[in-house]
Amino acid sequence: MGRGSIWEDVERLLDRVQKPARYIGLEDGAAAPEHHPDKVAWLLTYPDTYEVGLPNAGLQILAEILNERDDAVAERCYAPWVDLEAELRRAGVPLFSIETTRPAGDFDILAFNLAAELTYTNVLSCVDLAGVPVRTADRAGHDPLVLIGGHCSFNPEPLALHVDAAVLGDGEEVVGEITEVIGAWKRAGQPGGRRGAHRALAAVPGVYVPSLYRVAADGRVVPDDPAAPAVVEKRTIVDLAAWPYPKRQLVPLTEVVHDRLNVEVFRGCTRGCRFCQAGMITRPVRERPAAQVSQMVTEGLARTGHDEVTLTSLSTADYSGIEEVVGAITCNDVAVSLPSLRVDAFTVGLAANVAGARRTGLTFAPEGGTWRMRKVINKLIREEDLYTAVDAAFSQGWRRLKLYFLIGLPTERDEDVLGIVELGRRCAEIGRRHTRGASVTVSVGGFVPKPHTPFQWFGQDTAAELQRKVNLLRTAARSAKGVQLKWHDPTATTIEGLMSRGDRTLGPVLEAVWRAGGTFQEWTEHFELGRWLEACRDCGVDLEAMVHRDRPRSEPLPWAHLSAGLHEDFLWQDWEDAIAEATLEDCRWTPCYDCGACTGYGVEHVVASVTPPAGGSQGTGQDLATGDVVPVLLGPTRTAASFGTGR
Amino acid sequence: MTATRLRLRYTKLGKVRFLGHRDLARGLERALRRADVPVARTGGFSPRAKIAFGLALPTGAESTAELLDLDLVEGAAVDLDRLPDDLSAALPPGVDVVAVTPVPPGDGSLQHTVTSSEWEVALPSADPLDLTAGVERALAASTLQYRVTRKGVQADADLRPALLSLAVLLPVMIGDAARLHLELASAAGTGGRTVRPSEVVSALWPHLGAGRVRRIAQWIDCDGERREPLPLPPTIALALHAPARAPLSRSPHVGTEHTIGAGRGHPPGRRASEPAGAAGG
Repeated sequence: MGRGSIWEDVERLLDRVQKPARYIGLEDGAAAPEHHPDKVAWLLTYPDTYEVGLPNAGLQILAEILNERDDAVAERCYAPWVDLEAELRRAGVPLFSIETTRPAGDFDILAFNLAAELTYTNVLSCVDLAGVPVRTADRAGHDPLVLIGGHCSFNPEPLALHVDAAVLGDGEEVVGEITEVIGAWKRAGQPGGRRGAHRALAAVPGVYVPSLYRVAADGRVVPDDPAAPAVVEKRTIVDLAAWPYPKRQLVPLTEVVHDRLNVEVFRGCTRGCRFCQAGMITRPVRERPAAQVSQMVTEGLARTGHDEVTLTSLSTADYSGIEEVVGAITCNDVAVSLPSLRVDAFTVGLAANVAGARRTGLTFAPEGGTWRMRKVINKLIREEDLYTAVDAAFSQGWRRLKLYFLIGLPTERDEDVLGIVELGRRCAEIGRRHTRGASVTVSVGGFVPKPHTPFQWFGQDTAAELQRKVNLLRTAARSAKGVQLKWHDPTATTIEGLMSRGDRTLGPVLEAVWRAGGTFQEWTEHFELGRWLEACRDCGVDLEAMVHRDRPRSEPLPWAHLSAGLHEDFLWQDWEDAIAEATLEDCRWTPCYDCGACTGYGVEHVVASVTPPAGGSQGTGQDLATGDVVPVLLGPTRTAASFGTGR
Repeated sequence: MTATRLRLRYTKLGKVRFLGHRDLARGLERALRRADVPVARTGGFSPRAKIAFGLALPTGAESTAELLDLDLVEGAAVDLDRLPDDLSAALPPGVDVVAVTPVPPGDGSLQHTVTSSEWEVALPSADPLDLTAGVERALAASTLQYRVTRKGVQADADLRPALLSLAVLLPVMIGDAARLHLELASAAGTGGRTVRPSEVVSALWPHLGAGRVRRIAQWIDCDGERREPLPLPPTIALALHAPARAPLSRSPHVGTEHTIGAGRGHPPGRRASEPAGAAGG
C-alpha cells in the first residue's frame, strides 16, 4: 500500500465540479498526519456532504484522539457530491482523504459515522468509490475493514452484509482498543485472514461483528462463532472531564451548518422523552465540570476567531451552573447559543442574556399538540409554561418563534394534531401583543419509532396517514393568523422507518437503490420513493410488516442482541405507561427507576447540582394536574370554542 | 475625522485556489479578528466589519495580487510591520498577506479605480505554435465573439474591447507548460462586464482546457498614468514570481507596456523597455 497523495489526479477534476472547496481540507486545526506501515490508518467518513459532515463532533473528537496515539493515524472524508462522484468514476480516480488526498483504499479502516438512516446508500457508494467490494463477504485481505458508529449503529442490521463491524456507544476509548487489536493483527501478518480480524474485533467490548452471527428461524440474531458474544453491550465513558475534545475544533474555509464553536457541556439525558432515541441510548447524564467548560470556551474562541459559541448537549438548560458559565462568556463580545431550549421563563431569561443584540429567532420543541399527547410521549411541557415562555420571549425583543412538533405519535387523535396549530395560533396571538410582525413557524415532522426506546414496538403511521394529518394541519393553519406551517415529506419518513427498525433482509434493498442511483437520500431533490418501493418488491421485503405493524412483545426484535443498557422490561413498562398517559420524572433529581443504564455498567450520573434547575423540569417540582390549563390571559377564542369537535 | 484606511495585498496560491471569493472574504474577516486588528464596524441592527474587497477572483484561479481595503477603529494604532505575518498565520495555507499601506483620504475604492488585471495562464497541453497563431489572430481582429452563459441565459459577448494585451510566454525548461500573458480591462475600465481569462482561452482555443490561471497584478490607469494600487515589495516579488520568460508577441494597440514582475529586475509598476522579440503589428 501507500501510493501517497493523488492530489494531482483530483485537482484536474475539481475545475469541473460545484463547490470544489469541499475537497481541499486546509481547515484551521486540521492534522497533517504521517502515515507509517506499522500504524493503523483510519479514514473517518461522514456519509453526507462536507457542509453537513464537517461540524460533526464525533468525527473531530475521534480524529484527534487517534492522531495523538503513536500507533494510529486518522484522516477525514465526506461523501463526494454527485458531480464529483461522476468525475471520479469517469477518470478512474478513487475516493480520497481530505487532509493528504490519499486513496481511501490505502487505509486500514473505513469508519463511518451514521447519524441518519437515509445516508446508508451513501455508505455503499463511498465503499465502492474506495475500490472496496460493498459486501463484507467479497472483501480480501488487503481491503480496508468497514466500520460504523454513531446512533444508527444501535440497529446496524440493514447494513449487516456490508460492514465488518458496528461500534456501540461512546467512541473515545474503544477506538484505541480497536487500533490495538487491528495493529497487532496487521503486524503479525494478518493471522486467520479477515476472519481473524473479525474475531479479534468481536473480543473488544462494544464491537459487534455481524458476520459472526446468523439469523435464526424465529428472526433472532444469534452467535455463529465462539468469538461472538450473545449480547454486545454499548460503551460508556464514565468521566467526560477526562476527554476534553475536540481540543482543536476545525475552522472550515467554507460555510457549513453550525458554523461556530461547539463545546459539549454534558452527554446523556434522562428527561425520558419516550420518542427520543438519543435520550435513551446515551444514559446516564455526565456533566463536564464548569471550570473545564469555561476553559474550553475561552481557548476555543481565541484560537478559532469565532464570535459565537454553542453549548451542546441534549438539553443544555439543565446543565448545573448554566447561568455562571453563560455569564462568564457573555462578558465579551461573544454570542452564546443554546440548542434545545427548555420551555420556561427561566430559560428565556437565559436566552435573553446570551443573545445580546442578535435576537433573531427562538426555537421551542413542545413535540405534542395537546397535554394528553405530551403525557404520552413524556414531554411534560405545561400549556401555562409554554405561554409564559413565549410571552417572555416576545416581550424581550424576539419577533420570530419556531415550534417543533411530531405527528404520527402513538395514540394520536385528530384533536392532538389540530392542537399543534392551536398552540401556534395562541403563541402568535401573544406575540402580536408585543410586536405587530410576530411570526410563529410551526415545523412538523413525521414520527419514526427508534430501536431501544419505549416506542420500538409501535407501528409507524403510513405515508398516506401522515399526509392526511398534514392536510388537516394545512387547512387549520390557513385561518391561523401569524402561523407558518412547514412539514417533512411523509414518504421519506417511511423509508427512515424502514431503515430504523429493519433487519438483514434490507441489505439487497439498499444495494438495489444505490445501484439505481439513489444516493444522497437526505436531499429532497434526490429522494425518490419509487426506487425504494420497487427495490422492496424485487427483494421480497414487506414494507407494511416492517414499518407500519405494531409488534408484539413476544416478537424478537432485530436489535435484541445489542444493548444500550436499558432493560427490556423497563422499556415495555414505559410503553404501557405511555398508552395509559402515565408520566415519569427525570431521575437526575428523583429516585432511580432502574432503567438499567447505570446499574448495568456500574456508572452513575455526574451532575454538579443535586436540585433541579430553577423553573422546574420534566415534571420535577411541577404540578402536572394543571398541564392543560390555559392561562386566563388568553381567554376563550372562536377556534378554541370549536376545538372539541375535531373528531 | 476620517478613519484610517489600510490597503492589504495578499496571495491565493495552491489548493486554496478552489475556495470561492465569498468564503475567502469570511476567512479574512475571521483572521482580522484573530489577529486583533481593530477593524471599524458599521452601525445598525447587524453590524459588519468595514472591509471592501477588490475585484473578485474566479474560483479556481490563483493570484499574487489580491487586494482589500479596511477601515480601522478611530484612533486605533496598528503595527504595520507585524500585520502581514500576524494575519498570514491566521489564514489558510497559500493565502499570505504580502504588503500593507495606509490609503490616503479621498482615494477611490478598489472596485471603482482598478481599471485592469494582468494574468498568466499555464496551458500544459497546448502547442506553442497553435498559441502563437491564436494570439496573432486575436490581435489582428477587431472583435472576439464568445458565447457566455450567465444564470442559464446564453448571450454573445465581444471580448476584444477588454483585451488590452495578449502574448505567449514560451517554456524555458523542457517539461514546462507554455503560458499566456494577458491584460484585461475591468468593469471600471470598460464600463462593460468583466471578462475572465478563461473566456479568452475558450474563445481562441476551444479544444484546450481551462488552464491554470493566475492574476499577477492589478492596475489603476488614470489620465494616462499607470500604477499598481499596492505593489509587491521587491523581496517578496522575487520569491513569488518565476523567472520571466521572454514574451513572444505583444498587443500593438496597448498604450502602455510594463513588466510582468520584478523578476526581470524592474520594480513593479514602472514602465519597462520594449521586450526583446516583441512582435509589432
